[in-house]
Amino acid sequence: MLAYLIRRLFAAAVMLVVIVMVVFGIFFLVPKWAGVDIASSFVGKQADPAAVDAVRQKLGLSDPIYSQVWQFFKGIFAGRTYSGGGDVTHCAAPCFGYSFRSEQAVWPVLTDRFPVTLGLALGAAVLWLVFGVAAGVLSALKRGTIWDRGAMVVALAGVSLPIYFTGLLSLAIFAFGLKWIDAQYVPLSQSVGGWFGGMILPWITLAFLYAAMYARITRATMLEILGEDYIRTARAKGLTEPVVIGKHAMRSTMTPILTMLGMDLGALIGGAILTESTFNLPGLGRAVLDAIRNQDLPIILGVTLITSLAVLLANLVVDILYAVIDPRVRLS
Amino acid sequence: MTELSKSGAAVGEPTDASPAPTAFLEVRDLKVHFPTDDGLVKSVDGLSFALEKGKTLGIVGESGSGKSVTSLGIMGLHTAGQYGKRKAQISGEIWLDGTELLSADPDHVRKLRGRQMAMIFQDPLSALHPYYTIGAQIVEAYRIHHNVDKKTAKRRAVEMLDRVGIPQPDKRIDSYPHEFSGGMRQRAMIAMSLVNNPELLIADEPTTALDVTVQAQILDLIRDLQKEFGSAVIVITHDLGVVAELADDILVMYGGRCVERGPAEDVFYEPRHPYTWGLLGSMPRLDREQQERLVPVKGSPPSLINIPSGCAFNPRCPYADVPKDNVTRTVRPELTEVGSRHWAACHLSAEQRETIWINEIAPKL
Amino acid sequence: MSIPVQSEGSVATEGGVAPGETLLKVTGLQKHFPIKKGLLQRQVGAVHAVDGLDFEVKAGETLGVVGESGCGKSTMGRLITRLLEPTGGTVEFQGKDITHLGVSGMRPLRRDMQMIFQDPYSSLNPRHTIGTIVGAPFKLQGVSPEGGVRKEVQRLLEVVGLNPEHYNRYPHEFSGGQRQRIGIARALALNPKLVVADEPVSALDVSIQAQVVNLLDDLQQELGLTYVIIAHDLSVVRHVSDRIAVMYLGKIVELADRELLYKAPMHPYTKALMSAVPIPDPRRKNAKSDRILLTGDVPSPISPPSGCRFHTRCWKATQICTTTEPPLLELAPGQQVACHHPENFADQAPQDTVLLTAAKEAEKLLGETALQESAETSAAVAATLAEESAESAVEAGEPTEPAAESAPEAAEPTEPEAGPGEAK
Repeated sequence: MLAYLIRRLFAAAVMLVVIVMVVFGIFFLVPKWAGVDIASSFVGKQADPAAVDAVRQKLGLSDPIYSQVWQFFKGIFAGRTYSGGGDVTHCAAPCFGYSFRSEQAVWPVLTDRFPVTLGLALGAAVLWLVFGVAAGVLSALKRGTIWDRGAMVVALAGVSLPIYFTGLLSLAIFAFGLKWIDAQYVPLSQSVGGWFGGMILPWITLAFLYAAMYARITRATMLEILGEDYIRTARAKGLTEPVVIGKHAMRSTMTPILTMLGMDLGALIGGAILTESTFNLPGLGRAVLDAIRNQDLPIILGVTLITSLAVLLANLVVDILYAVIDPRVRLS
Repeated sequence: MTELSKSGAAVGEPTDASPAPTAFLEVRDLKVHFPTDDGLVKSVDGLSFALEKGKTLGIVGESGSGKSVTSLGIMGLHTAGQYGKRKAQISGEIWLDGTELLSADPDHVRKLRGRQMAMIFQDPLSALHPYYTIGAQIVEAYRIHHNVDKKTAKRRAVEMLDRVGIPQPDKRIDSYPHEFSGGMRQRAMIAMSLVNNPELLIADEPTTALDVTVQAQILDLIRDLQKEFGSAVIVITHDLGVVAELADDILVMYGGRCVERGPAEDVFYEPRHPYTWGLLGSMPRLDREQQERLVPVKGSPPSLINIPSGCAFNPRCPYADVPKDNVTRTVRPELTEVGSRHWAACHLSAEQRETIWINEIAPKL
Repeated sequence: MSIPVQSEGSVATEGGVAPGETLLKVTGLQKHFPIKKGLLQRQVGAVHAVDGLDFEVKAGETLGVVGESGCGKSTMGRLITRLLEPTGGTVEFQGKDITHLGVSGMRPLRRDMQMIFQDPYSSLNPRHTIGTIVGAPFKLQGVSPEGGVRKEVQRLLEVVGLNPEHYNRYPHEFSGGQRQRIGIARALALNPKLVVADEPVSALDVSIQAQVVNLLDDLQQELGLTYVIIAHDLSVVRHVSDRIAVMYLGKIVELADRELLYKAPMHPYTKALMSAVPIPDPRRKNAKSDRILLTGDVPSPISPPSGCRFHTRCWKATQICTTTEPPLLELAPGQQVACHHPENFADQAPQDTVLLTAAKEAEKLLGETALQESAETSAAVAATLAEESAESAVEAGEPTEPAAESAPEAAEPTEPEAGPGEAK
């Protein structure tokens, strides 16, 4: 078990370094080879050549490639000082780059936005797990009945309706029509109730989509598991039906659900772009959207790295949980 | 209904006027039908037999003969896994130690499962839960029926593992099924089914998934354990060698019904049904001189949706066209006594069958 | 059942191999499946699935291969038909070395070499009609049979006992036995010389098994086929084979003519294997004494035991068995055995008499009569052999019995193949 853990951790660390290099490559080297001048895009559309030169010098864009990557890595651990064209900009460790567009270091932007997205993703995940899995199990146990059909129709709707539709609809009804909630984002540190109020609609909207997918997966897996020989054995032992379903069948059903959860959570933590823009939440997704609009490369780079890190971490956690659930995984 | 088996004599009085059973296990006119889109699958279609404690009944038949469904029916597991779909239909009577199971409260039958009647399945790898240790699964089986703490149950599990011949049982108890070999897994399965000292043990193809040297070990174990525990055993198999090793009585199934039933020696040495002859003739045997040619049964097993009218075996029977007295071909032959405790269901007269067996079949085996 | 004779005529002599001559020759055949682990996928070991096989198959005969799961019999089948690439050794077919032929090199030979698989359900494509399935080999080989593919396929269906009218049906419309017949028809399409059948009847019901066994029998007689039949069922193998190879953990432990093998098996494993088969005779139910119960399970083929691979479960194992691998020697005419202390024959390592502790454990499980019988037969055989060798020693110049000659050879501890530390 310990060896398995160490192996997974080591693999994750290697993966992370590779990701940083690849992402860095995509953002800084590919444009260079393609003949696009990054420095001018950092400065803005109508920049004077002197300012572009200054940025180029500050960012070390004329240095060799390996030195640029090295500088970036070093910045993450030791901070980085950009100097050139007279003025000096300091970016404290961990420095994930500096946005000259918005005149701020990338890291504080990420740390500002990250809790919002994390709260959104985790809250929604709890909702969709509880409702999706429950609906899936019920649907499997009542296969072919009106309950099954009803649940699957709702699930189909959830999968096929786009977020900006369900999101706007829920806003129109609950926030503007019935005025039950004030759909304004309030940081958790300011007011727990306000935060909850602002998050509840995004949670439900996001969870609706995922719960639908999870219900379908749960139903299919559950039906398959219920046909397994070891479920028959469990019944032959004289176990009651709740134990057969809740203990023996559920544990096996969790395996594919966990896999999905890892990937989905990882991707969501990198920014639920549609949900965040629909509900105007100041999360990573919104940050990326704004950065793309402004061609703010360092921010995009930073968020991309965070997303990769999140996916990686989520997968690591899933791998470990996997080994806890399925003893056969521990061996290989 | 629920407390049927608790008190003494009057218990288990059937609702209709059929006489109370005398045997430990008595199955009367059991029918298990499954409605499907293609029609009604009559897996078991009128099966009766009785079994005493300490005896072994071998049920022999090919795939689709209804032998496994019979065992699931006795255990009350025939509907398992059929959520919301059209439910299996079961009728007849199953008397276990004075309790009629089909009309009993399902929760009462559940309490008997695993305690008074237990089952061993064909493939121990898929029949054991892959995520729980062998020990945990045995402990669970024990604790449903015994109000003891985990420690006591674990001691009992170690004791059972030791009894079925698993080396270092106190260590192996914490292993997972995938860490065991096929033979060890089947031993663990047997330990689990015997943990509550069941009076009826049903083994459904207990050795089919095992290698022949391991099979010999397991058959040996089942035989020894039966002697020790004195339970009634039903062995379900397609392998005539396995029934010959274990069974006192043999029941041959074809198309959901019993075609021949009797003491093992009689069924092997004086079989009185053409299908039994066919089974014996299809099988190459190690204990005899090399046969020149096997004598197979022509054709394929019947569809359980459209069971042939009359005798289900008639389309494959080489003697279907032999002239018979006072027989309508479309009428299903009933079991008739052909010897002491030996029954067969065939339209041929007993004399005709005896002649065919002595002159045509026996010399070729 | 009447079977139309192949239009092509005398099949068996085509390609220059007459009945009785060697069609397939296997020397030192090995297949190791590497086990890779870790980040770098380093090879940490190998499954020794097949570990040095030598045998020949003569044209027109049936070689049966038996063994328990994991003994490498199926891998062997895939190696000789070159569905797998051997790790070592050579495979010669009709005198041609085919060990390392590529896909294109094998294509012309695929006509002469066909395989029948165990599972008639999964080896037929459910989306193709049986006409397409059975006719596929013609298409692949670019052969156009006389009278067209359709006519030839219908002829083949008739040969295997199926209705030719069913040309356009799909596999799911057939029962298990019929599907196996379809598989056989496909294998026969191109008039192969060698048919390798891997568990051809084990997925079928008893009554259907006999139909297929008889069909294989008839086809061999009509078409002069050569079979290698791989199966775990000893009674089926005895029924169909002329010679039988018994495999244990990737090696052949005994290779003998059918009658010799079943009447007087020499390798203890063969003996145990045969005595383990349940006999369909209730009167022998309590004759437990002549059964040999092996202890434990087959060891892992990843690290097979040193010396004789059977020594961990053998009741006759001594020190030499743990250190020296017994060679496969022809002890009696038509009976090759790899054992230091064979049954029914003179001991090959008589000086080594101290039983291993494991062997003593194993011995306890033997029926008394089995042990006694084994001792008696061995002694009797040894006595007659001693006489024979004395005679043959007198008749100088005459080639001595291979058995008598090999005994001292085998007794000498040759270089140990694996570390003695493996011995448990």
